[in-house]
Amino acid sequence: MIVRVLILAIAAWAGFFVMSIELLSGRILAPNFGNSIYVWGGVITVFMLALAVGYLLGGQLSLRHPSLRRLGLLLIASAVATVPVVAFGTPMLDWIFNRVEDPRYGSLLGASLLFFVPTAVAGTISPYAVRLLVTRLHASGRAAGALYFVSTFGSAAGTLITSFHLVLLYEIDQILLGLMTTSVIIGLLATPFGRAAVES
Amino acid sequence: MSRKNAFAASLVIALLGCGGAPVGASVLHTERSLYRDIVVYEEDGLRCMRFGKQVSGRQSCQSLREPQRLVLEYTRMMAGALYMNPAPARVLVIGLGGGSLPSMLQRLYPGIAIDIVEIDPAVVRVARRFFGFTPGPRTRVHTQDGRVFVKRMARQGVKYDLVLLDAFDHEYIPEHLLTQEFLQELRGVLTPGGVLAANTFSGSRLYDHESVTYYSVFGDFYGLRSGNRVILTRVGGLPALDEIERNAAELDARLKAFGVDSEVLLPLFRIERSWPEGTRVLTDQYSPSNLLNGR
Repeated sequence: MIVRVLILAIAAWAGFFVMSIELLSGRILAPNFGNSIYVWGGVITVFMLALAVGYLLGGQLSLRHPSLRRLGLLLIASAVATVPVVAFGTPMLDWIFNRVEDPRYGSLLGASLLFFVPTAVAGTISPYAVRLLVTRLHASGRAAGALYFVSTFGSAAGTLITSFHLVLLYEIDQILLGLMTTSVIIGLLATPFGRAAVES
Repeated sequence: MSRKNAFAASLVIALLGCGGAPVGASVLHTERSLYRDIVVYEEDGLRCMRFGKQVSGRQSCQSLREPQRLVLEYTRMMAGALYMNPAPARVLVIGLGGGSLPSMLQRLYPGIAIDIVEIDPAVVRVARRFFGFTPGPRTRVHTQDGRVFVKRMARQGVKYDLVLLDAFDHEYIPEHLLTQEFLQELRGVLTPGGVLAANTFSGSRLYDHESVTYYSVFGDFYGLRSGNRVILTRVGGLPALDEIERNAAELDARLKAFGVDSEVLLPLFRIERSWPEGTRVLTDQYSPSNLLNGR
């Protein structure tokens, strides 16, 4: 029971994490590339491509020794991959601004360099979690449904809470650090479960 | 996954706006641009451009009988910037609207060089077609984001004697154009003695945040209030009121044709320095302008 709850919690938080960062990414890019429609177009493209790659990778990873502990490590990895956004996001975007004249490609490049890896890593979590949840073939659709539910619900919550409240209270970097810390804490909660109840 | 599609779709819908039946008056033109609905209509001898459905969304108005007259009060207050720098040679205008301010500058100062930055190509088309906006020989219109343009010009070392910032519409603020960092970039493209005029909001909780943010970059500023608030400030310190009055007296005859009257404007010049202790400066890290404006 606790294992299932933790799996679903990780998937929900990964959804929250990705959408919160996607929302903030528009603000992070705006000082150098503006708020034109194509900046948002570029951001959404990068996040979708990253998730697509993440889903594929997550499925592959789930083939070998799947465990809840590893799922937690994926969540921690996506938080660690976000460190560069806080550590040198601004100088990196300034650097791109000085070299790429067209803000369309500048924002696309900036979004790719800063957000592709953390989002792709977060994307591995859903398919990996499906593997952990599925115990019997006939109930696999239900497991996937539950996972889609919590993950998408988490995404909705991340979008709403970030845009309605967090930006009013905190600076962007503070929000990012809060998201990363939460990921690490939830990820650590999963570490005792090296051999989760998974049928091979 | 479908959540991404849903987000993308809702964003696109938000950006496209949701069409609306024009209210009252005779509508000449409606256009759904990348960023908003644009409505051009005539009423009471005025031709106006409006964004969205609400009448409060009037962006620009032109008198049919005296097309050069500045109809909207905030544009006349913006013109008050000339009292602080009566002979600008190079001007930057961020946000075109119907182009009434650049049109005025072109008439007042033949040979003036104007860079206009407007994010929405549809607004540029509408200004030309319906508001008689014709760029002069040294006027250039750049269809791009104001922040990006200012940053480019700063890098190239371009300087302006006057910047008119008019990028906020009645309900949506491009938040990256109301931060300390952006104002610092603007100061970087102003000549010594260069003047910034910004059309801002006057209600809501945003007011004090705006004040403290401008103050943090420019020091003292004049706030002209009446409906909107227009912030006027100058690099290297504000001119005293008697200098402003002298300039106003010199300009009065020429500005009369545009409806700008120093007797109305001068009493509005007030140095604002009152905001609650600890009001947060808006920065690139903290800029919830739209949330603050809604309160």
